[in-house]
Amino acid sequence: MDLLAKGIALAGCAIGAGLALIAGIGPGIGEGNAVAKALEAIGRQPECKSSVTSTMLLGCAVAETTGIYGFVTGLLLIFVAPGLFIDKIV
Amino acid sequence: MEISISGAKVYGYIGPDIPVLGRFPLSETLIVSWIVMLAITLFCIIITHNMKVEKISRRQALAEWLVEVANKFVVGNMGSKFSYMVPFVAALFSLSLFSNLVGLLGVRSPTADLNTEAGWAIVVFIMITAQKIKAGGFGGYLIGFTKPIPLLTPFNVLSELSTPISMACRHFGNILSGIVINGLIYAALAGASSALFGLIPGAVGNVLSSIPILDVGIPAILSFYFDWFTGVMQAYIFCMLTTMYIANAAEEG
Repeated sequence: MDLLAKGIALAGCAIGAGLALIAGIGPGIGEGNAVAKALEAIGRQPECKSSVTSTMLLGCAVAETTGIYGFVTGLLLIFVAPGLFIDKIV
Repeated sequence: MEISISGAKVYGYIGPDIPVLGRFPLSETLIVSWIVMLAITLFCIIITHNMKVEKISRRQALAEWLVEVANKFVVGNMGSKFSYMVPFVAALFSLSLFSNLVGLLGVRSPTADLNTEAGWAIVVFIMITAQKIKAGGFGGYLIGFTKPIPLLTPFNVLSELSTPISMACRHFGNILSGIVINGLIYAALAGASSALFGLIPGAVGNVLSSIPILDVGIPAILSFYFDWFTGVMQAYIFCMLTTMYIANAAEEG
């Protein structure tokens, strides 16, 4: 590959990584909703605080999955993809 | 400050050259996994050594407490007819937990390699499929994909295949992101420290700026979330999802 093609490919990797991390919006909104409902439940019944908290953390960790998908995609694009077509990265 | 974020190092290849698969790579993941397995086995042998019925020692009390917690978790989530699953789930949880936390000792966690989680997810997927076939027969298992509408069959197949993929990738992504962010924080603080202490003129500045002083203490605060909290949570969630999927598979037949 000549220099211009490599430059375009690297630029594509960088732009793609930025776009991949837009996936972080989803878990932010979803987990914020979950925490809001958990706080409402604690406010209504303060003695079930520990059970509500642990269930909420469990649900948040499962909802985090799609955000992690985007993050790992971004990481792969930044650190792994350039190594496949560039011989030496300074 | 230069950092390198890479996958697990391969130390060498052993064995004969199989046509499609090639030689067997001996990677960092494998060696640290062996160390973790050895550590867990030694731990279990030590706490169950010399057990008595009356006047138990503290080691035995710890062992009994661990067995109680495992029993309550599995039987509480799946019902008492799945009490044969307790050793499997307890082994999975302890392997995942110790593999995640061994990264604190300086070596690379074996769970930062997708192969580890993929192995566990494939085993769990086989168990889920076996439960479904046991509950409804092989014909019932295949027909289950066409419910409620035959048009939804490809989506049902896709969601079935995405179960092990999402379990593996969730665990892997959380642990890998911890490693990457920790590496970046260490490098950034080292750079900031060398820039800050480089402002002191003379030989004192030269010496102080080559020691990453700001790397002491501050990354530990972030490591509470990225290593401890994430490690324990992901192990717990992997086992919770295992128990829930298998219990669901057995009862919908």
